[in-house]
Amino acid sequence: MNLSRRHFLVLMPAAAVAWKAVLAGTPEQAPNYKLSDHWWGMLIDVPKCIGCGNCVRACQAENDVPDGYFRTWVERYHVEDENMTNPEVISPDGGKEGFPVAKEDAGKYFFVPKMCNHCTDSPCTQVCPVGATFVTPDGVVLIDQKYCLGCAYCVQACPYGCRYIHPEKKVADKCTLCYHRITKGLTTACCENCPTGARQLVDLKNPKDPIHEFLKTHPVQVLKPQMATGAKAYYNGLDGSVR
Amino acid sequence: MSAFKDAGHLFRFAGLFVLAFIIFLVVRGYVVPRSFGQYGHYRGAAIGEIAARPVKFAGHETCETCHSDVLDVKSKGKHAHVNCEACHGPLAKHADDPSSVTPVKPDTAVLCARCHTASAAKPKGFPQVDPVDHSNGVPCETCHQPHSPAIEAAAAPAASAGGAK
Repeated sequence: MNLSRRHFLVLMPAAAVAWKAVLAGTPEQAPNYKLSDHWWGMLIDVPKCIGCGNCVRACQAENDVPDGYFRTWVERYHVEDENMTNPEVISPDGGKEGFPVAKEDAGKYFFVPKMCNHCTDSPCTQVCPVGATFVTPDGVVLIDQKYCLGCAYCVQACPYGCRYIHPEKKVADKCTLCYHRITKGLTTACCENCPTGARQLVDLKNPKDPIHEFLKTHPVQVLKPQMATGAKAYYNGLDGSVR
Repeated sequence: MSAFKDAGHLFRFAGLFVLAFIIFLVVRGYVVPRSFGQYGHYRGAAIGEIAARPVKFAGHETCETCHSDVLDVKSKGKHAHVNCEACHGPLAKHADDPSSVTPVKPDTAVLCARCHTASAAKPKGFPQVDPVDHSNGVPCETCHQPHSPAIEAAAAPAASAGGAK
């Protein structure tokens, strides 16, 4: 083939346009997202939760969570005055369709939304034999489902019961903190759809995030602190009976 | 020289080891993904793959770019902090293609009751009613506008919004 300089100069821009079309098919990357600029967590404001189950439904819709499995769920605690060590905990269908009406004058009731705590020193990532689950540089525990063998070591290792084996994919699955949303500047599906603001996405590396002031002024706790998991799901006003 | 006089078999053996090591490196190069170890003991490209998953909930900022009239009403009412898709459902597809994908109007009988059905388990300050006792089957939106549910406040913003136009 004889390519003259004239033809070459004509073809170059055409090739550039074609290449742009090829690139257009590649996944969209957030333009200004830098892994090292973020350290994600979640604030869960227990006294604000009304147990409507919006977060559970939103999570299932956003992440195609199979029926009967949950990346987030809501528990209702019932602590009776004379039985503090033995709370009754229910979570019918993860609280997806709400809860049965609670009777008055029978101890204390409250709702506790649960999810992956996105631990800094997560037990689940440490036990993975193939490097299929990991903490990202921006503090989110993720699963590489192409690499996962489905051995379920991580499902056993999670002290919070946040993982499951996907019934069709046969690999581990869990909350991604809506990684596909937060890297695009959106909040998570559960936070977006919480009607009372009981759940808030927080970025601990952002000095302007109101979480810093909140943590200073509120009785905030993480679940199972004695396990030293470095959990980043902060619970405001958490009752001592929650485990 | 004499030291290696009878060492031929050792060199052959060593050569075998070197060959096996080279084969190991070549196979490893093909089998281990390129991005493995980029950030740690995992496939770095997995982060980008997970980040590229499609979004289903557009987010209230997206809704508000077109539906600013609803925002004007909603921001003055009690439901100012309830985001659009909390009631209307995931509508990123509608945001991408507003004409062909249209949202279904939610059923207030189900929707309102989810949050506002009275239960001792709910926070005391949260407005809650026994649906049967409260309306006896009359649809909620007969009295309450979902975007601004307080009855006395509902009329005023609607009038002012009409005046602005």
